[in-house]
Amino acid sequence: MSADRERKAAKIRHLLETEGDAVFENTTHVNAGRYETNSHRDDIDELRDAARAIKEDAIERLPELVETVKESVEANGGEVYVADDAADANRYITEVTESKGAETLAKSKSMTTEEIDVNDALADAGVDVTETDLGEFVVQVADEAPSHLVGPAFHKSTEDIAELFNAHFDPDEPFETAEDLTQFARDHVGEKIVDADVGMTGANFVFAESGTVALVTNEGNARKCAVTPDTHVAVAGIEKLIPSVDDFPPFAELIARAAGGQDIATYLSLLSPPVDSPVVDFDEPDEPLDASTDDREFHLVLLDNGRTEMREDDDLRETLYCIRCGACANSCANFQHVGGHAFGGETYTGGIATGWEAGVHGLDSAAEFNDLCTGCSRCVDACPVKIDIPWINTVVRDRINRGADAEFDWLVEGLTPDADPGGVDLQKRLFGNFGTLAKLGSATAPVSNWLADWGPTRAVMERVAGVDRRRDLPEFQRETLVDWFEARDPLPAAGDADREVVLYPDAYTNYVLVDRGKAAVRTLEALGVDVAVAPCHESGRAPLSQGMIATARENAERVADSLDPHLDSGRDVVVVEPSDLAAFRREYEHLLDDDRAERLAEHSYEVMEYVYGLLENGADADLLASGGEVAFHSHCQQRTLDVDVYTEAVFERLGYDVVTSDVECCGMAGSFGYKSEYYELSVDVGETLADQFEAQDVAQRELVASGASCHEQLGSLLPQASTHPVELVAPE
Amino acid sequence: MRTDTIDQFASSLAAADVACTRVEAAEFSAALDDVVDAPAVGVPLGIDGVSLDDTAVELPPTPRLLREAETGVTRVHGIVDHGSFVIQADAAGTEPVSLYPRTHVGVVRASDLHADVEETASWLGEEFDAGRDAAVLATGASATADMGELVHGVHGPQSVHAVVVTDR
Repeated sequence: MSADRERKAAKIRHLLETEGDAVFENTTHVNAGRYETNSHRDDIDELRDAARAIKEDAIERLPELVETVKESVEANGGEVYVADDAADANRYITEVTESKGAETLAKSKSMTTEEIDVNDALADAGVDVTETDLGEFVVQVADEAPSHLVGPAFHKSTEDIAELFNAHFDPDEPFETAEDLTQFARDHVGEKIVDADVGMTGANFVFAESGTVALVTNEGNARKCAVTPDTHVAVAGIEKLIPSVDDFPPFAELIARAAGGQDIATYLSLLSPPVDSPVVDFDEPDEPLDASTDDREFHLVLLDNGRTEMREDDDLRETLYCIRCGACANSCANFQHVGGHAFGGETYTGGIATGWEAGVHGLDSAAEFNDLCTGCSRCVDACPVKIDIPWINTVVRDRINRGADAEFDWLVEGLTPDADPGGVDLQKRLFGNFGTLAKLGSATAPVSNWLADWGPTRAVMERVAGVDRRRDLPEFQRETLVDWFEARDPLPAAGDADREVVLYPDAYTNYVLVDRGKAAVRTLEALGVDVAVAPCHESGRAPLSQGMIATARENAERVADSLDPHLDSGRDVVVVEPSDLAAFRREYEHLLDDDRAERLAEHSYEVMEYVYGLLENGADADLLASGGEVAFHSHCQQRTLDVDVYTEAVFERLGYDVVTSDVECCGMAGSFGYKSEYYELSVDVGETLADQFEAQDVAQRELVASGASCHEQLGSLLPQASTHPVELVAPE
Repeated sequence: MRTDTIDQFASSLAAADVACTRVEAAEFSAALDDVVDAPAVGVPLGIDGVSLDDTAVELPPTPRLLREAETGVTRVHGIVDHGSFVIQADAAGTEPVSLYPRTHVGVVRASDLHADVEETASWLGEEFDAGRDAAVLATGASATADMGELVHGVHGPQSVHAVVVTDR
């Protein structure tokens, strides 16, 4: 394994051992809470659409909103400073603390202040800073970075925190329970707020028209920091501006649901500082509060730090819609297992962190963790503002590829079968060209399989391309699906059928898992459909997952060229592999002309979705194989597209008894689980799925999985082999 | 109609672990004293015929009272579907009184109940225009799970109680 891969693998191994359990418990708990809370309302998607529309509009009008908020805050008696970058913001903030002669500052949680490292700047200026959010306080005491946008100490268990506090504060009675720790921290931090000369907060939203800062907390610390001392500094990215309080309702409804499954956050503070509330001076304990003698000061520091450039960047712009709820992290199988200390950059963590890090800290910071996004797309459903987070990760990966130095680029470019530049790492290039590889492997099978499996070959593959030798490699079939189909005699009914489809054979179905393709053909034909099989062209999914967008675009165009004539003649497109259906329905809009992408998306169906439709329209269910006990693992992208329900419905219709998994992803995720630096993480994620199935006692059940990768992963973790759902229901 | 609204509010409050006492203005003082743990601190309620004058609640607030009071009493508005209080900050100290003591008692006129966040925001828009431009939407007791388990009573109140004045 190369040194860099070994370093990454070692870091992940260390975090799996030290932080993995706590991160898993915390993230899966809040993720389950999100599902539970959302299930009680039927307007979540409308709220998400509304929230998204407000953010789109606000970012579009951002320069105007900045001018508006300057006027409104100044009219209220406060100051607005637009800081170009971190240094500029810190200079302004330390000037404020110096002008007040401040020695102490109490701060509520703010990722934006983490982005600028304001605590370091304040410490250099001689100001004692206390984090008052208890999670952030834990991280401050531990001298660590937050591991999650919302739960900074998600990587620590109660026992970890007790150990930390017992060592650091040396209490008379050692702390044990969460209650002990909370009481201690609350009192300790509470005294710091009482003594603070300055209060600092972030802002979840800023209403431009009224100069209002909206703060979302459950603890109440932001309220205290904002109103107790006479000076309040709020630090917010310029993207936090929305026009007015009228725009607030969808965010008020969504942010706590998305973050942790609360109907609404405990405190949504809408302050238009300097506030009318009297300053509370605990040094004068018996003086009645009297706002008329107060001299409140308020500074709103609006941070640019790359955001203006992000706004002008068609692919990164969406990042600015982010409301920092952490749902993308909580719904991410990789994040659930390894946490933000691996899945994060200098400041930000989770799926959306790639966009933030690329925008505010640069590509190098994003490059360190960007590959941990497998594009599984589970975060797409979780995001309250519908950001296409996998696409941002793909684009940034593409930019990282292009930015990489590679000698002899011109030479490599001439020799590789793809359209991407020479900088692409060999591992990515290998997996990105899976279709070409599979074609070659199939043409030379079984020799290719023997050769690939031969010890020395695996050693070279691992060293040169980072293909982990602990994984079984796909076994290429000599007879492809296309060959098999072409060699058959046409059915007597050909040409008379009411329905005509073209089956898209992805590289796995065509060259490796040929049986599922045959089962799909048999099933469709049994239900009265005239089937054609398209040529096997890589859909673009493989290169997309490696950030090779130019190659993916070339692939997409070739696939569309081969399917267009079928669409012209009224055939529907049936797809076996869910990730390829997801490419047609989601990613092709980035790769093809709008009309072309839209038509293909509209007429493409997952095979079990199509079977469901046929049965609903009168096809005879008795023609399919029925009954039996099944354990079903749906594919991540299939779930995001909401088509998993059709497989379950068909099973139910045919009298199967089904148990299903509910993990977000199996952890294999195409090439991800083959990569030597990620193998252990992939297995760790997969074990959660295996444990879930074992707990449901599935040993006697037929194991079915919709995705080729899921099939590989389950095969390596459970004793029994798995098949595709269509293989189960196909007639003999 | 109004009884329905108060019932719904009470049921949302219950879901947020907030007790609800209903009272007519004439009976307010006695009812409040039943709810309040002394020492208690408050700010004038500004509700016609309802006052803290004949109750155990002390005002005006001082920093010592904020630190030592078991209960803080303020006027609030309500959001029916979430069981939330809308606490409007003011020069008298509504914000710190609702925040520092262990228990917050919010006194709400039945006519100050807003159906949902949407309605609340539209009312707040008018309030903001009129210069009353600071409000906290508070739902239940302050809480944290940062130490690994959910614990109530962090920087804000540990318990919350609503007193609905049904004839105002």
